[in-house]
Amino acid sequence: MSDQFEVKSDPALWEKLGMDVARFSGMPPMLTNAYRGIFLSQQGRPEKMAYFDDMVANIHTGRIQEIYDAKVGGKPVIGTFCVYVPEELVVAAGGICIGLCGGAQGSIADAEKILPRNICPMVKSAFGFKVGKICPYFQVVDLVYGETTCDAKKKTWELLDRYVPTHVMEIPQMKRERDKWLWLDEVKDFKAAVERITDTITDFDAVAAGIKTVNAKRFALQRLNSLRHHNPSPISGKDMLLIEQIAFYDEPVRFAQKVHELCDELEQRIGSGIAVAPKSTPRIMVSGTPMALPNWKLHHIIESAGAIVVNEESCIGTRYYKDLIDEGSTDLEQQLERLTERYMKIDCSCFTPNDDRIAQVLKEYEESGAEGIIDYCLQFCHTYNIEAVKLREACEARDIPFMSIETDYSPDDVGQLQTRVEAFLEQIKG
Amino acid sequence: MQMGIDLGSRTIKTVTLKGGSMLERRVVESGFEPHRQALQMLGEHPQARVVATGYGRHLMQQHAELDIITEIKAHALGARHLFPHCRAVLDVGGQDSKVILLSDNGRIVNFQMNDKCAAGTGRFLEMMAVSLGYGLKDFGIAAAQADAGTPINSMCAVFAESEVVSLKNRGVPPAEIARAVHLAVASRLAAMVSKTGECRHLVFTGGVANNKTLVAMLEKALGVPVLVPEDPSITGALGAALHAGCS
Ligand code: SF4
Ligand code: SF4
Repeated sequence: MSDQFEVKSDPALWEKLGMDVARFSGMPPMLTNAYRGIFLSQQGRPEKMAYFDDMVANIHTGRIQEIYDAKVGGKPVIGTFCVYVPEELVVAAGGICIGLCGGAQGSIADAEKILPRNICPMVKSAFGFKVGKICPYFQVVDLVYGETTCDAKKKTWELLDRYVPTHVMEIPQMKRERDKWLWLDEVKDFKAAVERITDTITDFDAVAAGIKTVNAKRFALQRLNSLRHHNPSPISGKDMLLIEQIAFYDEPVRFAQKVHELCDELEQRIGSGIAVAPKSTPRIMVSGTPMALPNWKLHHIIESAGAIVVNEESCIGTRYYKDLIDEGSTDLEQQLERLTERYMKIDCSCFTPNDDRIAQVLKEYEESGAEGIIDYCLQFCHTYNIEAVKLREACEARDIPFMSIETDYSPDDVGQLQTRVEAFLEQIKG
Repeated sequence: MQMGIDLGSRTIKTVTLKGGSMLERRVVESGFEPHRQALQMLGEHPQARVVATGYGRHLMQQHAELDIITEIKAHALGARHLFPHCRAVLDVGGQDSKVILLSDNGRIVNFQMNDKCAAGTGRFLEMMAVSLGYGLKDFGIAAAQADAGTPINSMCAVFAESEVVSLKNRGVPPAEIARAVHLAVASRLAAMVSKTGECRHLVFTGGVANNKTLVAMLEKALGVPVLVPEDPSITGALGAALHAGCS
């Protein structure tokens, strides 16, 4: 199985997208290798992972072709960097919303030709993909929707706009009543922008359908997450992370269906006592900064050290799917208000105050049956980094083993991280 | 017989215990092929139960039948054995520095490790010694004898090196610069200890603890006595050997 897996290439399609084909050609073999080593080498994976393996195999071909065809057919294709951008409205317009966050070391050098070095690797990686023309997703989007959650992002969007139309949505950083109204206006502007591309108005029914589709996707992920919390876990943390990453670029209806199929299998596994690791395996929850594809570094280190990751309190994780939108609205205005309310529940560290997030982390810790929390912070991501102080205090007050790490995408600190993770596991085992 | 082997970035340390007392301890340079060197050392005690720790522990596990523990656990076990009241361990080795907090009964309750930056590690002191033309031993002695004066501001290893060079070029006596470097490292380590929590009953382990000037500066910065084992560099190997007894 492992030897058959291959990330496919389609230079003709890449050419059409205006990519640097010569340079990009090295990417699929690299990803093939990494994927075989990190994912396919795992023991006892669920069979229904085959679909998600296939999504990775087609990440630069089949899925891009689908998106490209939709785009040629006049559908809006919108790239986003944050879970605040309401994909329901893109889906309502018949369009495609793809998460673009960069998680690779390879594009950082491209970015650093322009951007300062001391900003977070996610922003650099994403920006580098665009300037180097080495991401087919970035090439296929009509426009990018950015937001103002952190300084690195909001200032980078101004520069990114030179390469691809980049609109910015103002996300307030408090959650007072007046912030809600500001936010609602931003959501309405977003809707109008999407409509401009398709040259149609998305009405009540369309928005209702969009909400339904995305709710269904989030619900499928909720189901999956609660199944993986079973001890012993029927699926690895790495596979779960991968699915959470794929959620950002797959077609939502198909994706939800495939997640449910996997869930059915996991239920059977739980019923017949099949697990990916014994019950005694230390259970770790990861919180913090999102891990954009293909950032598998920490999960790989944790699971290679003999533990299992049982939850991601992250935007690639529960922050993306924990809340649904109330589907009972009777008019468009109400729909947009409820949509805004749902988005306001996301507790990104950009907010102040942000005690809800601390409470949420503790709640997820309980629900997932974790035995310790590793808080993950990308280098130079100041909000998560500083918020780790409060998180640590909250964990210490409850005797929850807690460790925070700060890292980037480079391999230099892998040895050191291994030591810290192993020591953390020794600490948990006592 | 129990044996602990600590494969550090610069040296390999072994401790052999029999009936709870130390039979042998050794420190050798890692050389180009540390695992061969280590296998040879193990070969001298074929009946011993061995536990490996340190940077090269995984490599060892690929070549020999043995258990591994992290440096963090190993230093905690070793320090606690030598000083039963120990509640905190500061270990400064070649590549990294760590602070480990222990509960009353010796459980690890928290630890910190320096991130990617080299400042506050043995490697940093070594780089500075070299750029001032000192051997590691005289470096500490010179620092102890120098007058107060010049502070070093950069704690980034790269910037600090250029700062040292520019101080030299300005004619500041090398001993005075050596003192500034020591002070900067001591304050960095003190901050790491205080940030992690408690600093009572602090045991300082790892090769860098042999530097008496640094120990004295650290005591001053923390305002508490710092306990140093007789041979601080073998603490990790000792901890590993002790662990071999309970595994
Ligand atoms: S961490 Fe904050 S800014 Fe980043 S994707 Fe999540 S919500 Fe958006
Ligand atoms: S990880 Fe932090 S610094 Fe980077 S883009 Fe997200 S919020 Fe900004």
